[in-house]
Amino acid sequence: MPSLKDLKNRIQSVKNTRKITKAMQMVAAAKLRRAQEAAEAGRPYAERMNAVMAGLSASVGTSASAPRLLAGTGADKVHLLVVMTAERGLCGGFNSTIVRLARVKANELLAQGKTVKILTVGKKGREQLKRDLSAHFVGHVDLSDVKRVGYVHAQTISKDILARFDAGEFDVATLFFNRFQSVISQIPTAQQVIPAKFEADAGDAVALYDYEPSEEGVLVDLLPRGVATQVFTALLENGASEQGARMSAMDNATRNAGEMIDKLTTIYNRSRQAAITNELIEIISGAEAL
Amino acid sequence: MAATLQFDLVSPEKRLASFQAVEVQIPGADGDMTAMEGHAPTITTLRPGILKAIGADKTLAFAVTGGFAEITAAGVSVLAEQAVAVDDLSGTMLDQMIDQARSLADMALPEDKDAAEKLVQDMMVLRHHEAH
Repeated sequence: MPSLKDLKNRIQSVKNTRKITKAMQMVAAAKLRRAQEAAEAGRPYAERMNAVMAGLSASVGTSASAPRLLAGTGADKVHLLVVMTAERGLCGGFNSTIVRLARVKANELLAQGKTVKILTVGKKGREQLKRDLSAHFVGHVDLSDVKRVGYVHAQTISKDILARFDAGEFDVATLFFNRFQSVISQIPTAQQVIPAKFEADAGDAVALYDYEPSEEGVLVDLLPRGVATQVFTALLENGASEQGARMSAMDNATRNAGEMIDKLTTIYNRSRQAAITNELIEIISGAEAL
Repeated sequence: MAATLQFDLVSPEKRLASFQAVEVQIPGADGDMTAMEGHAPTITTLRPGILKAIGADKTLAFAVTGGFAEITAAGVSVLAEQAVAVDDLSGTMLDQMIDQARSLADMALPEDKDAAEKLVQDMMVLRHHEAH
């Protein structure tokens, strides 16, 4: 049975924890709003970009002269997995879900006898994958000093990916990130970026464009930008998801702390009452003995 | 009143401009062009230069470094990787961009060399334009 003093200390410490989680929740909420705005602002560019590229690749994609970024290397041997996670923890299952998806995919590919290379963005994913897949690591992008992800960061990452592709280091590249659905739901997503894949919703009117300098010329110019755009979209979605996940995780933690305080307070009061009763009994029995 | 077309300028991070313009001057990769209402649908890549949108009551000019423009009969949307309003443009900013392009040109493979050098030249023109 813990003493009254112990209980009191315990309650105080849980109260302090609750204050911290509450504060973290508020901070995450504010950051989430900003991240959502950024994701919102980036959408027109990404959508337009995808629409144009989808139209272009539909008309050029089948020809033999199609750029390698679109048509692929012709092989399907070496896979690059770009695992994008957060730099910080305390955000519920955010990092683990991405890592789980990536790990399943990696093991699947390895079972098929393919080579897997892993590029990690964000240190949490790297830490989790280090245990069993560290042999496949080829690089890491550190964003821990970055306060606000910008297009430049996406460009750096995509340049890294493209340089590796040009060097013939891999055939297929896939991004792993969490797509933001709502504060309580983020969907771990695997998106193939090289060779480029587009949802085939274009086909209406897009084919009527004139292209300058030429269809191939425009495509060659656009494809690297397309990779950067997709990386950027993934970064933004990830940013919003991270804050959303952290917000709901901290909300849960705050609620748990509250419940724990209630429970501890009940125990505290009960033992205090027991002590008082005990004392009274002693006094009364002492008085009766006289 | 002249017929207008919808002009949109978006960068990856945000929408920079969106209004009804009478004409839009675009620094296309194969030469400058002006789009007005009823233009044939065209997609062109951009070279570094000044993008100018002239509306009924305002004119906006941006320095763009690259990207592409999608022109339809009813509108122009420009997707620029980097766009700065000309009023906010400073010489040092341009110098930085030129340096960057220059170092890229120096590293470029022989077959890309011409294109990279052209990029530098385009930027120099932009710099020259800025000085005046």
